[in-house]
Amino acid sequence: MERPSWAPEQIDLDLPSAARMYDYFLGGSHNFAPDRAAAQAAIGIIPELPAVMRANRAFLRRAVRFALDSGVRQFLDIGSGIPTVGNVHEVARAIDPQARVAYVDTDPVAVTHSRALLADDPYTVVVEADVREPERLLADDGLRATLDLDRPVALLMVALLHFVGPADDPADLVRRYGRALAPGSLLAISHGTGDGRTAESDAMLRLYADTANPLTARTRDEVAALFDGFEPVEPGVVFLPLWRPDEADEVPARPERFCSYAGVGRKP
Amino acid sequence: MSSGARRRPAASRTRRHVPAEAARPTPARLADAWAAAIAGTSFVSLTRPELARHLRPLAARLLAAPLDAPAARAAGTEVGRALVAAHFTAPETLARSLVALGGMLPADRAAARPSVLAGLASGFAAALRDRTLTEQESIRQAAMAAQTRAERALRATEARFRAVFTCAATGIALGDLTGHILEANPALAAMLGAPPERLRGRDVFELVHPDDAVGLRELIYQRVATGAADRIRTEKRFVTDDGRVLWGGLAVSVVRDQEGRPSYLVAMGEDNTRRHELAETLTYQATHDALTGLANRTLFTERLHRAFDRTAPAERLGVCFLDLDGFKIINDSLGHPVGDELLRVVAGRLADAVGPDSLLARLGGDEFVVLRADSTGEAELVELAERILAALDSPVAVAGHELAVSASIGVVERATFGTDPAEVMRAADITLYWAKAAGKGRWATFDSERDAAQAARHQLSEALPGALRAEEFTLAYQPVVDLTDLRLTGVEALVRWRHPRLGLLGPDAFLGLAEETGLVVPLGRWVLSAACRQARAWLDRYGWAPQVSVNLAVREVCGASLVDDVRAALAGSGLPAGLLQLELTERALMGAEPTAALRTLCEDGVRIVIDDFGTGYSNLAHLRHAPVHGIKLARSFTGSFDAPAHPDRADLAIVRALMSLAHTLDLTVTASGVETRRQAHRLRELGAEHGQGWLYGRPAEPAHIEQLLAT
Repeated sequence: MERPSWAPEQIDLDLPSAARMYDYFLGGSHNFAPDRAAAQAAIGIIPELPAVMRANRAFLRRAVRFALDSGVRQFLDIGSGIPTVGNVHEVARAIDPQARVAYVDTDPVAVTHSRALLADDPYTVVVEADVREPERLLADDGLRATLDLDRPVALLMVALLHFVGPADDPADLVRRYGRALAPGSLLAISHGTGDGRTAESDAMLRLYADTANPLTARTRDEVAALFDGFEPVEPGVVFLPLWRPDEADEVPARPERFCSYAGVGRKP
Repeated sequence: MSSGARRRPAASRTRRHVPAEAARPTPARLADAWAAAIAGTSFVSLTRPELARHLRPLAARLLAAPLDAPAARAAGTEVGRALVAAHFTAPETLARSLVALGGMLPADRAAARPSVLAGLASGFAAALRDRTLTEQESIRQAAMAAQTRAERALRATEARFRAVFTCAATGIALGDLTGHILEANPALAAMLGAPPERLRGRDVFELVHPDDAVGLRELIYQRVATGAADRIRTEKRFVTDDGRVLWGGLAVSVVRDQEGRPSYLVAMGEDNTRRHELAETLTYQATHDALTGLANRTLFTERLHRAFDRTAPAERLGVCFLDLDGFKIINDSLGHPVGDELLRVVAGRLADAVGPDSLLARLGGDEFVVLRADSTGEAELVELAERILAALDSPVAVAGHELAVSASIGVVERATFGTDPAEVMRAADITLYWAKAAGKGRWATFDSERDAAQAARHQLSEALPGALRAEEFTLAYQPVVDLTDLRLTGVEALVRWRHPRLGLLGPDAFLGLAEETGLVVPLGRWVLSAACRQARAWLDRYGWAPQVSVNLAVREVCGASLVDDVRAALAGSGLPAGLLQLELTERALMGAEPTAALRTLCEDGVRIVIDDFGTGYSNLAHLRHAPVHGIKLARSFTGSFDAPAHPDRADLAIVRALMSLAHTLDLTVTASGVETRRQAHRLRELGAEHGQGWLYGRPAEPAHIEQLLAT
């Protein structure tokens, strides 16, 4: 019998989780053998994968700093995963000790762990919710207690939307989030793509198909279309390492090999 | 002590290799080189300059490490731990740090170098091991907590659904595909009168009423269990263990496995018995007459229409439409309770007479109807009507009264093809009326020709008022002559109807209708004034005019307005009263009031004659004083005067007697219906003054009379 929609999700630790694989890629130990096996298989296909993950983390850092520089002091990080090194509140607190952060993930283990880590922090909240249910997610009491949606928020969707299939219409989801945000809010997206290296990306898709989080690669146009309703921030949607790098020597010679696009938009 | 030991090797190295200033790296320089060496080896969320700044205190700590081995090692251990704490966890970071630092630590610290580096490596490894164990422990705890949370939620959900199952007011059963009950909830148990544990394992079809079980089995196995439909809704009878029968509203749905194959059946049921009984009662009440218990008009109409149902029409059908003769009198004189009781008794007798093959219904009041579908012919229905009449032969005893009852019955029997329910009922209604008109206590059968004639009369009578307004009536004039010299002395005005569709109609076609409807009064008024206007026109044109004779109906003569109407016609036309003659029947002369009115007219100078004298009833005593100037002999007496030998002896005697009477009373005699010279001759011989008939001219247009006037 299939699980009826009203029954709570069972936790299956034998199924690799994107959040724990991400942690492994970043050098953490918040993961289990099936997560590590899947992560190593992925590295077998794309050896740069740990570098890609780190590049995503670096983009998150740059996007958070950009938001702080733009005067945005509230962050909504959806798909935050295991809050390992370089997470949003660490980056933000370096500039504003009272910056507010809501972490959202659908992985119950990640959420439980995040709550344990952040239990004493009055300016953060961890919400267990699904990106595919914007209205429910935004109505969460804890989120509302932490973030003031009448003021600008930086909505962070880093390495998230490629886990949302076409049936769930990610562009529509982003539009629905956008409607709830105050003018001046920012939207940061990084997204996996097959542009540039098709054979490997196909193998990746197959690999992730067997995890709890199957993957959908999208083209540059498709990623750019996710910013409908937002004004693009320079330099627009670009390969991940090319978005406002800190230093010239951080920019790799072949940015397309990172298989990811990134961009930031501002709600007018 | 330790500082001296540190300085010596440094000084010697300075002397041999590099200037003293360059030989002692500052923490900043060391940190820059170190940062360059390890950048990118671990993921740390810092830019290169930030990293260098972060490493500067560590570099200072190393540069300041004591020379004695345990202390130097302790400093290295501290830095190794600090690296891991700053998220430098990759083995490559350690390797590059050892190489970079090993090469850059100043020569005067050479003695401490192995201890520092050993300490750094062990501190790094110990911290990394601690960190790994901590993270593993924390993620495992998180996983366990999450699992516990999920299980608790699942248990709560299951408990909630178990509560729904247990507390639901609706009966719920979970069954396997063969129809055996796996689980039944208390509501279902209460409904079926057996505890849930006694329902478990039982074949659900055993609980269904035997008449319904087969149908339900087919429904479930052919529709639901095969997966053709996901759910069905139906209403079936169930039998409880103590033998009660109840109506259960039932919804059966299929639960599928992961491959989509049906695996369980879920049935939800509620006891609809009371609702069902109520619905049955309401249906019965809606289709039956409360007083007699017979079918009512609704049910009768439905059955009648069903006989015409296009999918399966009856070949023929028959209807007996009856009502009780004089029922209203019984109701009015003995009261409604007696009337109602009579109807109940009559209904019972009718039901016995009609039998079960036909539908007997009470339409209302004392009207009953029998519907015989698939009848074999009119004879069958007539026989039925006879049986009904026979059933009412004996008096009915109600509340101490012996009431004689009879009924009139309209019988209609016909093929259904070419007719419809409304037509059948109209025919039955008319036929019942015929039976009443024919004297009651009898049946009549439908006669289509009679019906057509009545319909035509009815149409004509409806058209009369419009015809009067539209001036569709016209007058014809028939000459009246002096029998001695055949001189034209008068004309009789005869009304005609120029019917737009039926053509010219004589008075026989419509005067009777006009009398019935009362329209004869305005029609007569029109005839009077039209005739007077015509006579006046002739008088003006030819200097003289024949006396114009107008027929008055009984209603006109008796009407209060007769004098006014006549005077108005005379005044309106300017015709002298002496040129107007009124013809009326003997019957119109009865009574005092008409006589008074006629006397007034007589005094005005109007002539009055009695038409068709001798064919009605005359009060001869009254005639003696009546204001009358003459009589007209009916053609019925004069017909035989044309016989070659001699007239009928009786006719001759009557005519002679009438003439004698008339002349004795000073009345003139006009013979009508004169067609031959022989007739005319004999009538003149007997003393008739005037003659009228085809011999002298048929009723004709005024123009024809004008030819006579002109000569």
